[in-house]
Amino acid sequence: MNKQEILMEIQHLQQYFPAGGYGKNKRVVKAVDDVSFAIRKGETLGLVGESGCGKTTIGRTMLRLYEPTDGRIIYDGKIIFDSGKHPLQNPDGTPKMDGNGKIIYGAKVAEDMLPYRRKMQIVFQDPYASLDPRMTIGDIVGEPIDIHKLANSKEERRKRILTLLERVGLNSEHANRYPHEFSGGQRQRVGIARALAVDPEFIVCDEPVSALDVSIQAQVVNMFEDLQKEMGLTYLFIAHDLSIVKHISDRIGVMYLGKLVELADSYELITQSAHPYTRSLISAIPIADPRTARASKRIPLQGDVPSPLNPPSGCRFRTRCPYATEQCGEECPEFKEISPGHWAACHNLDKLN
Amino acid sequence: MKEKLLEIKDEYLSFFTPAGEVKALNGVSFSMEEGEVLGIVGESGSGKSVTAYSLMGLTAYPGKLVGGTIRFNGHQVDTMTEKEFRKMRGNEVSIIFQDPMTSLNPVYTIGNQIREVILLHTDKTKQEAQERAKELLELVGINEPEKRLKQYPHELSGGMRQRVMIAIALACEPKLLIADEPTTALDVTIQAQILELMQELREKLGMSIIMITHDLGVVASMCEKIAVMYAGHIIEYGTADEIFYEPKHEYTKGLIKSIPKLDTKEDERLVPIEGQPIDLLNPPKGCPFAPRCASCMKICLNQMPPKTELSDTHYSYCWLLQKEQFEEGGRGCE
Repeated sequence: MNKQEILMEIQHLQQYFPAGGYGKNKRVVKAVDDVSFAIRKGETLGLVGESGCGKTTIGRTMLRLYEPTDGRIIYDGKIIFDSGKHPLQNPDGTPKMDGNGKIIYGAKVAEDMLPYRRKMQIVFQDPYASLDPRMTIGDIVGEPIDIHKLANSKEERRKRILTLLERVGLNSEHANRYPHEFSGGQRQRVGIARALAVDPEFIVCDEPVSALDVSIQAQVVNMFEDLQKEMGLTYLFIAHDLSIVKHISDRIGVMYLGKLVELADSYELITQSAHPYTRSLISAIPIADPRTARASKRIPLQGDVPSPLNPPSGCRFRTRCPYATEQCGEECPEFKEISPGHWAACHNLDKLN
Repeated sequence: MKEKLLEIKDEYLSFFTPAGEVKALNGVSFSMEEGEVLGIVGESGSGKSVTAYSLMGLTAYPGKLVGGTIRFNGHQVDTMTEKEFRKMRGNEVSIIFQDPMTSLNPVYTIGNQIREVILLHTDKTKQEAQERAKELLELVGINEPEKRLKQYPHELSGGMRQRVMIAIALACEPKLLIADEPTTALDVTIQAQILELMQELREKLGMSIIMITHDLGVVASMCEKIAVMYAGHIIEYGTADEIFYEPKHEYTKGLIKSIPKLDTKEDERLVPIEGQPIDLLNPPKGCPFAPRCASCMKICLNQMPPKTELSDTHYSYCWLLQKEQFEEGGRGCE
């Protein structure tokens, strides 16, 4: 697995948003704080966490819909953004050195994104808000074709649109209708068709099924899987529903307050989770099986997520963690590999396992 | 046998909109005993909320009860006037809404909103109401109740607001609490907290709960009885075990199959229910699920199936079951 080619990689990615105040009182929300991970070609990486943990921000920053505050984004071996503050890395993660043992830093880079937009696309969460109500379905799906000049004639454009609609399970009559004439599930299909219009390699799926009914959810999830097989797509699948993410993903990353706390193969993450937050997240999922539900014991988390304006010092989870020690308040735990391919950030991993 | 707390018989309810008559409920019948927890599951638009609202008189214009009877706690609800409803609401039955962000009034303090309920429905003085409000916040697990009572909704998190909503609903110790998707807007970890709280309160106060949700996981852990709704019909009703382990209606089976399992290594492909939910403006003639049903027969498209009783607590509406029972020569095929 490790030898597989990496398609998208982020290193030390940071995304801070200003939250009012001037000079000394200036406040920032640390939405994403020093997160690194890589997505391999053809795989699905799931990203889960509570609302406000920064999972959507990562997805958008990756595509540079937001300009990152700091860090590096590498797409298909090419650096598309670099703040120039971090050493370049060897494939094994160690910093690159020159002949004299001096660390080489990356140069400042901010590539023009237009050519990359053809390769990476996004499907948004809310199918009611992400389609322009005044455009027909045909025009919505056709817009990316126009922008990237993918069709030479009107006839070709029309053909492309119809093929796309068919591919997502809609038919040609739908092209002349407006979004309000569709149900939630159908709208989400339109959103997917729009993302597919430019023949992308990489799609960020930002909670694409959260707004849908259970029976429709399964339809859309299956479609994502089929499209991946047919077109060799790579997904970053963001959702808060761990059971859906587990179903579709090869690996899962768990986020808490802007930090990645655990990353592992999806089955391993569920069955052998290392981080206390992952464990309580899993135990909080209501199980659709009365006998198991009655027998199982929950590890309830006390309290709410702290404000990202003023996150706790050290480990950010310590205020809700049942195992927190003094050390947790003082230093931030390192995100390290605890077994091949399984990463976690916690001081007390030895005690817990 | 315990006395029935709630009995709904053959309820028909429609919304008369400019586009035509939307038939939200098409012959809903069920009953509840005191202290029972009933889960109503279904997709959006299946009529689960409308069922619950109608017994509180909350389906005002253009909604209208077209037929059927509702008896609740000794009242004949279907003929009640607005004045009588006002007396019953809050005192005997109360409701928690889905979205705690919008169901609290942003310009009044939490204390003000809890006291309002107490002052309206009991003859307590302001001082006593204040004391009661504090008790209630403690009951729902909010720390420093005195400080919280002076705060406004925007100062509280989503989970906290839902706790306040529960406190308001419980202010007059109702016999029946309707929870309309109480945790849908919350994160899983907060959802677990709220569900636990509701279970605790139910044991403490002994009230009945109607839990409306689309999440089968939520009903599995909370409810004794489950009603599955589709297009304004209760298509299957039974105990939690019957619904989950011996589902009989094709829709229920489909619902259970379409949720991914967490603890399997190999991910089998999900089995979705094909097609789209039906349009309630023009419901099909026969069984409402027939257009999406994989084992649809000719009769399904023409006639609504009658009730098939499967056990004392379990019944369903499906022609397939009628056929089975007919072939066995058993009961249910009058």
